[in-house]
Amino acid sequence: MALEKPYKDVPGTIIFDAEQSRKGYWLNQFCMSLMQAANRARFKADERAYLDEWAMSEVQKQAVLARDLNWCMQTGGNIYFLAKIGATDGKSFQQMAGSMTGMTEEEYRNMMIAGGRSADGNRYLGEDGDAQPHRQPQGAAGQKGNA
Amino acid sequence: MARITASVYTSHVPAIGAALDLGKSGEDYWKPVFAGYDFGKEWIKEQKPDVIFLVYNDHATAFSLDLIPTFALGTGASFTPADEGWGPRPVPMVHGHPELAAHIAQSVIQDDFDLTLVNKMEVDHGLTVPLSLMFGQPEAWPCKVIPFAVNVVQYPVPSGRRCFQIGQAIRKAVESFDEDLNVQIWGTGGMSHQLQGPRAGLINREWDKRFLDRLIADPAGLATMPHIDYVREAGSEGIELVMWLIARGAMADVAGGAQPTVKQRFYHVPASNTAVGHLILENN
Repeated sequence: MALEKPYKDVPGTIIFDAEQSRKGYWLNQFCMSLMQAANRARFKADERAYLDEWAMSEVQKQAVLARDLNWCMQTGGNIYFLAKIGATDGKSFQQMAGSMTGMTEEEYRNMMIAGGRSADGNRYLGEDGDAQPHRQPQGAAGQKGNA
Repeated sequence: MARITASVYTSHVPAIGAALDLGKSGEDYWKPVFAGYDFGKEWIKEQKPDVIFLVYNDHATAFSLDLIPTFALGTGASFTPADEGWGPRPVPMVHGHPELAAHIAQSVIQDDFDLTLVNKMEVDHGLTVPLSLMFGQPEAWPCKVIPFAVNVVQYPVPSGRRCFQIGQAIRKAVESFDEDLNVQIWGTGGMSHQLQGPRAGLINREWDKRFLDRLIADPAGLATMPHIDYVREAGSEGIELVMWLIARGAMADVAGGAQPTVKQRFYHVPASNTAVGHLILENN
């Protein structure tokens, strides 16, 4: 019997539940390993070789190599674990969060200073807010495509 | 007898800790954030709590996916600040209160809450940033701290109702401890924020303000709010706010006592990706 998951219709959002966690176990455990300086150094020296030590899927490895955090999350990654990759790259949490919106670092920072993203239009899939699938990527990157 | 004298609520944004540690608290971006805690810093000097029961969540630091406890009570004598990938925060060692923690474990588990007991764990920004906000940068923290880590990372996380109930059980436990101790309970995390996906950066000022209103005046009603409302209205990481209901459930009025006094209420957007909220409620 299917269990209740009322959060599947929230746009631009992947809820890390037990099912995602099962899919992402090795990806997230790889991320945890980056909390040790020696592992960070080995990863940086040869990313592909380090990833090959883990029982991750090829798609998960590609998502990490591409530093595409949305892709990582689709394959079971959780943002608090993925943040260890960002820390290894010397990125702040704001830079990581911003990277998932398509906005530049400055555009995202300015959005936050202006009060953040509105919930209006972004509560349910099918509305017209800026986090909806049909409005990606956001910021100047998205406007270029429409010009 | 030990007694819970007050509850403190605050966001625990990691960038706040970094701003303090790197000497940036006087910058225009951060000044208004820290100003919201000026009152609390003075207030807590007068209150002189012996123990803080600090409700927070671990952010993939002490707990990987190897072990995911829903409610983890720190029963150890000391807890080391963790290296979360940027190097450990330059903050003092956290000293626990193993006797009170053991007493709470005994009482709360007998009240049907199946706690995980942890004698050895590192603590991350979720625990140390609130201490920094309230105590500044001392050589040593001025009181004992009992860490209480709640899983809000992997769904399903505990419901608001469950959190509110466990707060009541914690109050009962503390107040049956024989030693004369001034205990505060802190609820941390939140307020509205989302750190993931194209919806990252969501902030909901009106919703946050209503949450603060209801936390003060109608906590039992607030505790019935389902998870999906937090996610939809306050962002996927806004779910951390269920932890505030643990601290609120431990206040005297919930057990039939007098209403608490609101000593401080503060709200500011943004700190990095997050709306910062802060409340101090004092028992009467």
